[in-house]
Amino acid sequence: MSTASVPTTATFARRKPPAHVRRKRFLVGLANYSLVIVAAALFIAPFVFIFLTSLMTNDQALSPHLWPHPFRWQNFVDVFHKSPLWRWTLNSLIYMSLATLGLLLSSIPVAYALSRLRWRGRDAVFIVVLIALMLPPQVSVVPLYVMWAKAHLVGTLWPLIIPNCFGDAFSIFLLRQFFMTIPEEYLDAARVDGCGEFRILTTVVCRLAKPGIAAVALFSILYTFNDFFLPLLYTIDSPSHWTVPIGLAQFRSLHQVQWNLTMAATLLVMAPVVLLFFAAQRVFVEGVTLTGVKG
Amino acid sequence: MADVRYVKATRIYPGTHSPAVDALDLHIQDGEFMVLVGPSGSGKTTALRMLAGLEEVDAGNVLIGGRDVTDLPPKDRDVSMVFQNYALYPYLTVAANIAFPLRMRGVKKSIRDQRVREVAKLLGLEDYLERKPGQLSGGQRQRVAMGRAIIRLPSVFLMDEPLSNLDAKLRVQMRADIAALQADFGVTTVYVTHDQAEAMTLGHRVAVLHEGKLQQCGPPRGLYERPANIFVAGFIGSPAMNLCTLPASNGNVSFGGVDVPVPTGSSNGSYVLGVRPESLEVATEGISAHVEVVEDVGADAFVFCSAEVGGQAMRLVARAEARRAPQQGDRVSLRPRAEEAHFFDPASGERLDRR
Ligand SMILES: Nc1ncnc2c1ncn2[C@@H]1O[C@H](COP(=O)(O)OP(=O)(O)O)[C@@H](O)[C@H]1O
Ligand SMILES: [Mg+2]
Repeated sequence: MSTASVPTTATFARRKPPAHVRRKRFLVGLANYSLVIVAAALFIAPFVFIFLTSLMTNDQALSPHLWPHPFRWQNFVDVFHKSPLWRWTLNSLIYMSLATLGLLLSSIPVAYALSRLRWRGRDAVFIVVLIALMLPPQVSVVPLYVMWAKAHLVGTLWPLIIPNCFGDAFSIFLLRQFFMTIPEEYLDAARVDGCGEFRILTTVVCRLAKPGIAAVALFSILYTFNDFFLPLLYTIDSPSHWTVPIGLAQFRSLHQVQWNLTMAATLLVMAPVVLLFFAAQRVFVEGVTLTGVKG
Repeated sequence: MADVRYVKATRIYPGTHSPAVDALDLHIQDGEFMVLVGPSGSGKTTALRMLAGLEEVDAGNVLIGGRDVTDLPPKDRDVSMVFQNYALYPYLTVAANIAFPLRMRGVKKSIRDQRVREVAKLLGLEDYLERKPGQLSGGQRQRVAMGRAIIRLPSVFLMDEPLSNLDAKLRVQMRADIAALQADFGVTTVYVTHDQAEAMTLGHRVAVLHEGKLQQCGPPRGLYERPANIFVAGFIGSPAMNLCTLPASNGNVSFGGVDVPVPTGSSNGSYVLGVRPESLEVATEGISAHVEVVEDVGADAFVFCSAEVGGQAMRLVARAEARRAPQQGDRVSLRPRAEEAHFFDPASGERLDRR
């Protein structure tokens, strides 16, 4: 950035620059990134707070001291004794995996039909999908609840899972945009070489749109894992079907607000999501920017 | 092996009014190398895709080997196609790309591997079988695309401008390779190009398309020597034929003082005279012209001139021996060889012949 340091780097790239140049560079870098650093600190702060609290004793958790004394790693073990964390995690996993699977199996063919097959009324149907995307979910909640109640499925995970098997407007939209970026030649080549449309979808399109499909799956995984509204609505009276967010919310009331344990549990269930996000960050960003497929 | 027949085949894209391919009638013999040529947008690709089953046929029929395939999906037509951008699957190795048509048809792995090796040997791709298409040069990708087309010896090969992404030298070399392969296999081939030189060197017969309509179909020599209309006359041959409209009197048109006898049958008494560059001599008499550019191509030179013919300014191209060619800026006289002139009806554009 600074004009003074440019010739130095260019001409004597190998040599270690003198101390004052290094110091100046460091300060310039700090200045350049200062805003980002502040923003990052703001984002990190709650996590640090959660982490520190999770290591305190219950008495200390309510005191104004921020640094744990002593460090109580035992909290992470106690969580499992004092709450059915395994059960909640299992429920969350069931919800997450079946919903995501159903979502992909139902949305991919629709997205293909909306992007790659030519048929009368295709554009009209796509507009209907877009309208469905704009409809807030709260609008349909009451009639749906009545329906599930009549089917005697309230209090189970099925009302959370089954709707995903009928496609989801946002996923269909995202997948369609992805499929549109695949050059038509690939599909034509497959058609000539002996594939029917279903085969093209499974062997060629899904393979070429892998980043898009992965992104949609990730969105769904994060959404279902964090979902509070629907599990609360359908499973609140059936503790054996609670998912992690519901369980954590109830945790406080069950055990006279043990903040240290609540925070330890929060950290434990947050960890896999954070790890997943870091591992799949590239895919995720690609999914958002829609530049996944190149010819 | 099969012949191909277009019978009044028509394609009108939804939302457009004029047909992209208009009542195409064309019979391609078994084993023939047919080239469809025409300027961009003339409907070549559409015609080829109709044959492949990738484009609907709105009217008329398409027959392969006597079987009406108009309504069959591509996979039931027994054709294979090389695409302009090759359409190699980036996630498959070269071997898997070549084997793809066999795999889709459920051929056993051991047979597939053997066929891939044979095809790779034929195309000189043995050392690249485990690479991904992204790691190949343009020419190698082109070969892989050819390999995928020939592995399953189909009834008809279709190729849509397969060489247009290669550099000029490679293009000439691949042209020869494609001709040799086609001669070896003897498979009926339909080849699309916008490059008339490619068409003339490759095709057993060449079909010229313009605005969706077939203009003329015949052996390259025939097209060159007897173009059926003004469009073909101007499209085939490089540099293009000189064309000028002249009034006739006493059974002759006068071209810079040189009388050229005309055939009968013009609808309005004037004629479009066509003279190829090699039929236009730099001489001592004839039409007076000003040399603008001299293009030396080795033994010959093409002399691009501006001149006034029949009262209108136009450009004329003549061929001369390179060593005796005039210089830029010279004034020269150009004389047509009367017996090599072509005539067309100015109204219909059709060829008129002297009897
Ligand atoms: N999918 C399409 N929809 C509408 N018009 C098209 C489509 N494809 C081609 N066309 C039109 O049809 C005509 C012929 O196109 P094409 O067969 O691709 O020509 P060529 O291959 O000779 O360049 C052109 O005018 C083109 O604009
Ligand atoms: Mg084309």
